[in-house]
Amino acid sequence: MTGTGFMNTMEAVAINAAAFVITMVLFGLYVTWLGHNPLDVYYVLWLGSFARQISIESTLTNAAPLMLTALCTAIPARAGLLVIGGEGALVVGGVATVLVGVLLSGAPFLVGVTLMSLAGAIAGGLWIAFAGALRQYRGVNETISTLLLNYIAIAVMYHLITGPIRDWERVLKTSSWSIPEELRVGALPLVDVHWGLAVGIVTCLILYVVMRKTTFGFGVDVLGGNQRAAQMAGLPINKMVLICCFMGGAAAGLAGAFEVTAVHGFASESLVVGFGYAGILVAFLSRQNPAAIILMAIILGGVAASGGLLQRRFDLPDATTQVLQGLLFMVVLASNAAYGRLNIFQPAAWRTA
Amino acid sequence: MEGGDLGWWGVVIAVIGGAIRVSTPYLFVSLGETLTEKSGRVNLGLEGVLVMGAMSGYGTAVITGEPWLGVLVAGCAGAFLSLIHALICTLPRVNDIAVGIALFIFGTGLAFFLGKPFINPSAPRLPDLDLGWWSASPQVQSALQINLLFLIGFTLALFLAWALKNTRWGLVLRTVGDSEEAAGALGYNIAVVRILGTVAGGFLAGVGGSYLSLYFPGTWNEGLSSGQGLMAVALVIFARWDPVRCFYASLVFGGATALGPALQSVGITANYYLYGAAPYFLTLALLIYSSSPRKALEGAPGEVSISR
Repeated sequence: MTGTGFMNTMEAVAINAAAFVITMVLFGLYVTWLGHNPLDVYYVLWLGSFARQISIESTLTNAAPLMLTALCTAIPARAGLLVIGGEGALVVGGVATVLVGVLLSGAPFLVGVTLMSLAGAIAGGLWIAFAGALRQYRGVNETISTLLLNYIAIAVMYHLITGPIRDWERVLKTSSWSIPEELRVGALPLVDVHWGLAVGIVTCLILYVVMRKTTFGFGVDVLGGNQRAAQMAGLPINKMVLICCFMGGAAAGLAGAFEVTAVHGFASESLVVGFGYAGILVAFLSRQNPAAIILMAIILGGVAASGGLLQRRFDLPDATTQVLQGLLFMVVLASNAAYGRLNIFQPAAWRTA
Repeated sequence: MEGGDLGWWGVVIAVIGGAIRVSTPYLFVSLGETLTEKSGRVNLGLEGVLVMGAMSGYGTAVITGEPWLGVLVAGCAGAFLSLIHALICTLPRVNDIAVGIALFIFGTGLAFFLGKPFINPSAPRLPDLDLGWWSASPQVQSALQINLLFLIGFTLALFLAWALKNTRWGLVLRTVGDSEEAAGALGYNIAVVRILGTVAGGFLAGVGGSYLSLYFPGTWNEGLSSGQGLMAVALVIFARWDPVRCFYASLVFGGATALGPALQSVGITANYYLYGAAPYFLTLALLIYSSSPRKALEGAPGEVSISR
């Protein structure tokens, strides 16, 4: 790591830490206004996220899909696109996983799981690549189109699970058919967290290498920095945008695949719990860096994991986590203004006369 | 036709009536977003503002018994949320579209949080104007029950179209939105104009939200808006930043939204979720149709990043 790179990393860590502290202070003021002791609230947040093994496991279970949905924003962002379609790509990936899974009854475990994961990833990838194509070939704003595609994906899923692929024998919950029991993915060794976590971490690391250490990644950074420069250099811009969108969407689709194979076993409203939207926040916290996403997803997974305990302990509504996430998002975006402003992180401050 | 039923005509009348009834929130949000984008900024968070307006308007009406006071409070809540957006965007190197997404998450979260106690009590609704008295058909009568906010929105669209063209304020707003350089050379305070444009837009979006909770569907719950605020932002692009075209486009969107319930009323309940998604498909189709890959769109403010 070069000296400037190290300085940039330290700057990002310091600014993010400050953003967290400011968010927690604001959230503390908010709960004080509601009549709770903020110190109690902080303690419960800690208790529910990182204090005990069971809470850490719950944090990591939430972090797994967040890593993958964050990539759905982060990878296209490197090419200069603001994609927020992770929620939809996750749902589409989950439904595709179910459709392939029910056909694979009796298949060997590894073959079945691989095919289901591929189905989820390809479906999610094509879903977001469609938005990328609309932008490149029709000039349709990708932020709006991916948000619309979220609503469309959710509507299509509800259509399918209330009719064509509904499991009529499950009376208490409207859901799709279940994937075969023998193709359900279990927990990692040592911790009670499903394999999606390992897949999420590995995917982040692979994409980190692709985006940082390959010619393709370098080209994408040129494109994201300055489209005209990329044009002058003769880079295949359309193709690069489509590939980035496909990779991002595929990651979110993979999240959907593991929510089905490792958590629920079927597609239902449980896929639509905001992992896609929280993933956007993770991507921005990580400054669109795939390696940083691993850490940030774990922190945000902690927020999600402690939400339930926070609600029960203080009798707060379930939207509490969303308020905290929205607040953090705004503070983090505002903190962008601080980059390059703090002298201590400028190389010049360390140069000896 | 069966048993005095209007059959398929019933669907047509219901869609037209629905267009009038459902279009008002689209209209207010799109007019608000037009103002904001004319100043050179995009507020993608109006969905959050809309939901917050719906909640605060409903809550006010429950507590005070005054629905019109609810409309006012909804507008103020919307203006306040948008002020946060405007202030954050004034900072250097902050992406307005990203702040919009944050506001979308924060606004809906805050509305669901604070609105929890208001899910059960019922608030007084805004009154109807019965413009269908001349017809004997109950379907026609119900289609022409119109709310005053719809007429206010229509008047506002005409007024804004005029004011943007012919007043000094309109000129300043458009100059700031079209070219920072020109506005700076003329000595306008770009930051202040954009803050005002965003706050005014938020006020209108908040009022649009109060229509949802105080008139149609006239209740408050977490499923009240499902992307109307977002679709209204997309609609502005389709309407080419023109307030009068925003009015027409809102009617089309209202009709699309009313399609599912209208079909349900004549007994077609299959594919309910797909018909429910009609407005999203329509929005996407219109965006694809009306965008252009090569040039900036006609009527687009020069400093707005959403049309390029």
